[in-house]
Parts: sequence; structure tokens; C-alpha cells
Amino acid sequence: MQKQLFYLAIFCTIFLITFIQVVMINKNNTISRKSELSNKDYKWGFSTDVETELAPKGLSEDIVRLISSKKKEPDWLLEWRLKAFRHWVDLEDKDMEPNWARVQYPRMDFQDIYYYAAPVSKKDKAPNSMEEVDPEMLEAFEKLGIPLNEREKLAGVAVDAVFDSVSIATTFGEKLSEMGIIFCSFTEATQKHPELVKKYLGSVVPYTDNFYASLNSAVFSDGSFAYIPPGVKCPMELMTYFRINTEGSGQFERTLIIADKGSYVSYLEGCTAPMRKTSQLHAAVVELVALDDSEIKYSTIQNWFPGTKDGEGGVYNFVTKRGRAESSAKISWTQVETGSAITWKYPSVILKGDNSVGEFFSVALANNHQQADTGTKMIHIGRNTKSTIVSKGISAGKGSNTYRGGVQIMPTAENATNHTQCDSLLIGDQCGAHTVPYIQVRNPSAKLEHEASTSKVSDDQLFYLMSRGLSEEEAHHMIITGWSRDVIKELPFEFAIEASQLLKVSLEGAVG
Amino acid sequence: MLKISDLHVGLTADNNVKILKGIDLDVPSGEVHAIMGPNGGGKSTFANVLMGRPDYQITTGTIEFKGESILDLPPDARAHLGIFMAFQYPVEIPGVRPFQFLKAALDSRADATGQKKLSAREFTKRFDEKVVQVGINANLIKRSLNEGFSGGEKKRNEILQLEILQPVLAIMDETDSGLDVDALKIVAEGVNSQRSPDRSFLIVTHYQRLLNYIKPDRVHILVDGKIVETGGPELAVKVEKSGYKEYLT
Repeated sequence: MQKQLFYLAIFCTIFLITFIQVVMINKNNTISRKSELSNKDYKWGFSTDVETELAPKGLSEDIVRLISSKKKEPDWLLEWRLKAFRHWVDLEDKDMEPNWARVQYPRMDFQDIYYYAAPVSKKDKAPNSMEEVDPEMLEAFEKLGIPLNEREKLAGVAVDAVFDSVSIATTFGEKLSEMGIIFCSFTEATQKHPELVKKYLGSVVPYTDNFYASLNSAVFSDGSFAYIPPGVKCPMELMTYFRINTEGSGQFERTLIIADKGSYVSYLEGCTAPMRKTSQLHAAVVELVALDDSEIKYSTIQNWFPGTKDGEGGVYNFVTKRGRAESSAKISWTQVETGSAITWKYPSVILKGDNSVGEFFSVALANNHQQADTGTKMIHIGRNTKSTIVSKGISAGKGSNTYRGGVQIMPTAENATNHTQCDSLLIGDQCGAHTVPYIQVRNPSAKLEHEASTSKVSDDQLFYLMSRGLSEEEAHHMIITGWSRDVIKELPFEFAIEASQLLKVSLEGAVG
Repeated sequence: MLKISDLHVGLTADNNVKILKGIDLDVPSGEVHAIMGPNGGGKSTFANVLMGRPDYQITTGTIEFKGESILDLPPDARAHLGIFMAFQYPVEIPGVRPFQFLKAALDSRADATGQKKLSAREFTKRFDEKVVQVGINANLIKRSLNEGFSGGEKKRNEILQLEILQPVLAIMDETDSGLDVDALKIVAEGVNSQRSPDRSFLIVTHYQRLLNYIKPDRVHILVDGKIVETGGPELAVKVEKSGYKEYLT
């Protein structure tokens, strides 16, 4: 058993190193290191030549009905979507699109987006096995380094890949189902496990929550669904890999993860998109439900196309992520954000149950013209609740990074504790870092700590490392990785390497 | 090994500040030279300039290492040639572990010089041996580089690096300041055990005490940016007794 695990670990590492170093070549164009589109190599920026079925552009009740029927959804879900849609239209009419974040972008035309894009498969039904999946699509996933075939078994990671609006395949479904674990696409969950979806959908993020949550609830395309039965510890990392391929399409995925009493699950999502001159909207909603004594660990490595180095195009990442922790439950968010032209998100935890714990670890990079307004909300409701926030923002080029954190201690939250650490690293002299912490305490027994630091990579540190033989770039990378260590170490081991590499690649050219 | 001629150094940021005013120095291979002098005389500047610190600007003069000028080389290139400096105030680098950093440094040098890299196992063995030899607390060395280390521990860490990197020219910048007798002996042991015909040491020190343990071949007195006297080890003893007064006119 020990030996098997050892080999597993080796394969994981090889798998990831290969993933990072694969050179992207496709039929239409070759994207190489010398691409002028960006001062760094966005390696994932290829496009796949797969036939796509597109609904007409624009958003209307018809489009919502179309999406629902394409996915063969039950009536109650269609009704829910329609309620959300009407609510969103109401908000839109009253001009209630939010604009309080510290980000700037041209006004969005919501009618100028494809809300449904599905790759056309040879058969008009979901594939039952790998052989049935469109080979072109599998090739695309190969390029991305996500082997969906049996090699994947060695990595010990179950992968659900979402290609535009449709989940392509989920490996390991059988093995997990033996344990009673459900891990499948959201669409599949609405068909096979409707009672679970109905019970929890919207229970953490109701469709009235905010503008983008309403939009998502109306037109969500697909996403991941996971349910862990009581007392079960999920033995492998569950992972979903998202990619937006179609030009002008939006990605509105919906993820719902439920950890029943006493269970444990570690989930990871990776995101990437090809280089496009026009912007793409990504408005996802993630809901986590952690019942008594359970634990959910949710990690994200986000590398959406960040726009060209002149600030053209890129993904707008406006996401609502929230978890609810019941008695003695724990939810941890670990986020590594290197991509997106604009990132606007606050993965939060509602500490509803007594003794519940919420954690947020984040490294966010804003380079070139990227803008980020991110942070978290920890809402303490139960007694003896505890929250930890470690937020690290790296700003380079003309990037702008804003940390917006909210710690709320409700009157019922007896003996709450919070520790917040918010660090900014500035590279060069044209970037910005801003901090907007909100602390609201309505119970005097609470104990809160807040620390913040702002720094530059110091010349003394650079000289020290260089005097031992490291090049200026290597020294920078070592200092930045060291600085981000408190966050990177929270990632599942295999992905810590990927995250570190991603930071290095994303900062190439910004340092030295 | 090291040949310095008429070296004039000022601050990069301010042309008017002149620190070294014409240094001539010759350090043959296999020798240990001591640089002593009063505070503010330019000893540390001298050490940092040899290592290539960008804050300082060489206005005239030459520095030759094994017959080739190193004036245009950045610090990492100098390190690849085998030059090393033990810092007076080693800086803290959060999140960077000594183990990983030293492995990376060795790998960098191997890449630059076309040598074979040490395997992870070989390096771990060498690292663990030296940690014990230098007397560093094994738990401490697992922490971030220099973070939370006392002055003495930082200096020991510099010696650890010296032992692992095995440079050809080692410059010790006031390594003895702030050390107790035991730590002093460790530093001396580190230097003495590495003495060889192919290696040279330049020891910048304020006090003669370290030189009781490390016998220098030559001693130079640096005052106000110039070397005012050069002699054998007995010069250090003399200075210890009568101070630097006679040079300060």
C-alpha cells in the first residue's frame, strides 16, 4: 500500500510537470513563447476546432427555457430559473448593476453574449465511456494536460471537465459510487439526484443574493455536483477543470458540494481560457454545505486569460462563492488567482453552527492591466466560532489589487475569534494595492486580530540571494514564492507545485 | 587570485560621496588576509564592492580575479566564479528555507559552469553533515532563512553556507562581531578547515580577537578609504595594543 501511494505521488508530480511544459500547437495557429500578444507566454491560449451548437445571442425567457430543455431539466428547476430571470430583469430595469468595487470596465451589454454553447457530439446523448467522447475534444483535453483515460487513475484524482457549457466526462464515477459518493456534472445531478439538488440549491446563495447570482441562477450552464454521505472521508481529490472556448460566450457554472455529517472532501478547480481580444464574462456560483462535524476544503487555481499586456480582452471573473458551516463543521477556501482581466469575488463562510471554523487563504496576482477586488466574508453566528484569513496580493505592471474583507460578529456569536493577515507585495512603481477591511462586532466577547503589511521585494534580499549564485529572476521568484508560502502550503500537495510555477510564469517579464 | 589596483569607489546614488580612495591589494592563492581599521573607514564597503553590490559605483581602478576583470559582472556571475561573502548583517527572507535555497544556489552554479548537479540525496547528506559540524540547531535550520535567528545564529548560518558552497575566494565581513567565544571558535574552525592552496580568505574585522584563532598571512589597515599600513600577523597585535590613533592624523 505504501509503495502504491509512493508511485501515485510520483505520477502526480510527473503529470503536473508535463502539464505545465506541454507546448501548445493546434491546426490553426501555433502559439509560441515569442507571441506578441502578451509579454508572457499564456500557454493555454489555443482554440479548438470543434463544432459548437450555439443558441442565438442575447437573453430572454425563451433562451432560459431553451437552456433548461437542452439539459432535460425537471420542471421545478425551470421554474426556479425563470423566477431568477425575472428577478434579474427587474434589477436590470432598475439599473441595479453593482459598481461599488474598485474596478473599471466598459459597460457590459448583456444582450451581446451567447448564453448557451455546447460542442456537438456525434451522438445526441451523454457519453457512457471514454470511447464515446468526441476525439477532437479529448485531444483538446490532452493538450491541457488532463488525460481522461486510464492514465488518470494513477494520478488518484477524479476529474470532471467542463468544456464551455457541457461537462464532458467524469472519471472514477464507479469507484466513488461504491462509497456512496456522488461526483458528477451539475446537469447529471439534476437528472439523477434531483431531491438533493432541490434541497440545497440556493440555500447558501439564493437567487436574490446579488445581480450576478441572479443572472447565474437563470442561465447557469453546468458545473460540478458532489455529495459525500455521512461519516465518509473522500479518499481522493475531486477536481473540475473549466475552459471557455467559444468566442463571445459566457460561462455561468453552478457548483454545489454537500458534505453530510462527519464527512470530508477536498475539491479543486482549475480554470483557463484562450486568448481573445474581446472580453468574456464568467459569472459562477459555488455553494458549499458542510453539515455537522464535516469538512470541505475547496481550492482554486484560476488562470483565465488576463487580457493582453495592453489591457485588451480577458475574462471578467465575477463569482459568488459561499459556504455554510453547521455545528463543528469546517470550510476552507484556498485560492490562487493569476488570471482574469478583472476578478471580483469574496469566497465566504457563514459560521452558523456552534464551534464551526472558516478559513480563507488567497494569493492574487494583478499584473499588466489586471484588476482585482477580492477578499472574503466571515459571518459568525454560532458560539465559539473561529475564522482565519490570510490574504496575499501581488501587484506588478499597472495592476491593481484591492482586498475587501468583511468580518461580522452577530449578537449570538459568543466567544468568536478571528485572525486576519493581509499582505501586499508591490513590484515596480506603477501598480497599486489597496485594503478595505470591514469589521463589525455585535458581541463584546469576540477577539479579533488584524495585521497588514505592504512591501516591495527588497534590494538587500535580492543581493543576498544573487551573491549565492541565483540570477536576478530566480532570486525574485524565490522571494515571491517564499512570501506566498503561507497560502501555497494550504493547497493539496500536487497543486502547490503547479501554483508556484503559475506564479513564476505569470510574473515573467514583470521582474528584473 | 585577487588583484586590486587604484580602486576608487563612491555611492551610485550620490556622485559626491567617495568611500574608497585608491586601494591597491594583492591576495595570492592560498593566503588569508585580514583587513582591519576604525569604523567608517570603508571596510564593509570594500567587501560589498568585491561581491558586486549595485549601491556602490567604481569610479576608477580595477579588480581582477584570477587575471580577469570582474567589474562588469553581476553578483551571481561572481558567485559562479567562486566568490563568496559572509554578510555582516544577513537579511531575513520569509518563507525561504536554507535547505532549498542552498540547493538552488548550488544548482545555479552547476548550470553556469557546466558541472554536474548534486542529486537530492547527495545534497541532503552534505547539508545534514555540515549542519552538525557547524553546530546549528536542526530545528532552527528548518525555519525561514535567518528569520528569528539571533545574531550568533545568523553568523553560524553564514559559515554553513561557506562550508556547503566551498568558494574559492571567501570574504568575511565582520563575521566575528556579536559572537561569544564558542561561536567565534566555530567561525575560526570553518575558515581554518577550508584553508588550502587553491583558496583565499579576506577577513574584514574590527578586533584582533578572531585573529587569535585564524592566523592571517598578511594584515592591512584601512583608514579613511586607503590602506595605510600592511604587515604580518604581528601588526594586528600592535593595533590591538595601541589602537588606530597614529593613522588618524
